[in-house]
Amino acid sequence: MTSSLLLQLIINGLIVGTLYGVVAMCFVLIYKSTQVVNFAQGEFLLIGAWTCWWLVTSMELPFWFAFPMTFVFMMVFGIVLQMVVLRPLIGEPVISVIMVTIGLSIFFQAVIKSIFGVWAQPFPEIFPVKSVDVFGLAVQPAYLMSLVVSLVIMVAFAWFFKYSRMGLAMRATAFNQQVAQSLGISVKNVFAMAWAISAMVSALAGVVVGMVNGVSSALSFFGIKVFPAVIVGGLDSIVGAIIGGLIIGLLENLAEYADGQFLHLGNLYTVAPFYVLVIILMIKPYGLFGTKTIERV
Amino acid sequence: MSETKSPVLEVRNVSLGFGGVRALTDVSFEVRQGELFSIIGPNGAGKTSMLNCISGRYRPSSGRVLLDGRDVTPLTPNVRATLGLGRTFQNLALFGHMSVLDNIMVGRHHLLRNNALTGALYWLGGARREELAHRRKVEDIIDFLEIAHIRKAVAGTLPYGLRKRVELARAMAVEPRVILLDEPMAGMNLEEKEDMARYIVDLNEEWGMTVIMIEHDMGVVMDISHRVMVLEFGRKIAEGLPDEVMNDERVKVAYLGVDDDEEQVA
Repeated sequence: MTSSLLLQLIINGLIVGTLYGVVAMCFVLIYKSTQVVNFAQGEFLLIGAWTCWWLVTSMELPFWFAFPMTFVFMMVFGIVLQMVVLRPLIGEPVISVIMVTIGLSIFFQAVIKSIFGVWAQPFPEIFPVKSVDVFGLAVQPAYLMSLVVSLVIMVAFAWFFKYSRMGLAMRATAFNQQVAQSLGISVKNVFAMAWAISAMVSALAGVVVGMVNGVSSALSFFGIKVFPAVIVGGLDSIVGAIIGGLIIGLLENLAEYADGQFLHLGNLYTVAPFYVLVIILMIKPYGLFGTKTIERV
Repeated sequence: MSETKSPVLEVRNVSLGFGGVRALTDVSFEVRQGELFSIIGPNGAGKTSMLNCISGRYRPSSGRVLLDGRDVTPLTPNVRATLGLGRTFQNLALFGHMSVLDNIMVGRHHLLRNNALTGALYWLGGARREELAHRRKVEDIIDFLEIAHIRKAVAGTLPYGLRKRVELARAMAVEPRVILLDEPMAGMNLEEKEDMARYIVDLNEEWGMTVIMIEHDMGVVMDISHRVMVLEFGRKIAEGLPDEVMNDERVKVAYLGVDDDEEQVA
């Protein structure tokens, strides 16, 4: 019994971990290309999920239409946010930019609460709620779908950065903005694009989680969870973000198992990733995959 | 040789100040189509500032920069690059973690047409076909600069001389009509300098690019330049054929070190 519970938790951990990985990837995307630590990443999930929920329930649009609409909305949202709020902050001290993203996070949460209320709303049933049987384990179909979607996104990201014109331009900009400009790359477009992609993909994660747990402010908690994932992986590594996400997802569930079976402390689930974060940073201060900054004097 | 041709780049009365420091004062010059034009001067004379004004990294406090008769002064560096202005940097600025090939491909950014969607759908959207066409052009550049053997290497791991060549290749990939070279031979040994000088001459003669170059090695400058401009303390003190400039009294005093006090700059 306990071993099957453990297995179940590991599977859950991996599935939630890939979702963390996807959101962490979005976070890294923004950090890498625009040097902004985005504390409002969790709110992207929130806004995306509520938008989709609103389109499906209030506007009574079919899901297959509401979902792409959410995407379009989030793309515009990301671009506008970058243009209006963050572009004027280019060149300002890092701490100011961080304060602004924290401010944005609080602001969006309050706005969302005032529009949609504080209670969790269930998503209309899009996938069958009944768990499907995978190797004798119960897995939510929505989670299964999320796993597939996450993997597709990760592969798409890899292709995008390796082969597409904008992907290459984004890598170049991340490395040196001045040089990128001298080669005909518009840094403004790259920045806007980073925010747009990040908002879109985060929203996707938000919708998926919303389908399983219901849509509520709790979704923005993802933004906090993603933080240890990103830092474990190294702030500027996309691969690191994915692996960091998986580690955090697994850790949470293992902590739950240990807590439930032996320790009975309660809520170890939430705290465990942060303990591990501290330990990893003590051993590898730049994260597992981060670039070491060498300061030349 | 190119006396009859129209100016491809005009700099008119450009001044540049940083706070109280005057980096450039009222500098004007013209570079004609197909010319190999050098800017020389002692350290801190404003050569790189001049180049940055042309490429758009700095905006002059007053004066104008014209490319093909079009005023580009208000345009950003990336727009100028798409209009046919390429450059290399004084301190190496390669994308260190990318391969040599990727570095050069970034230079083709503004010539590529595929977008996020077709890029993600690599095989379906035509991105692959387009990349292959551009790869062919890139291979021409690679052959020309004789860096074929390192095309897959990670740029950051290459020795200095080769990195300089890769940077030149990347600037060439933009297909500029005017290419700005900021000290292309700095820190090179004699053999590497000779190679680089040959590439620059071929670039100018065979590829038809107009070259504007900053260089400290007087031997090379006098050998390969069509015309030379001398800056000192942000002012133009001479301009003309290499021989004329060499024999100019002010240049001798300011730059080539007639006085004992003058530092040997080379």
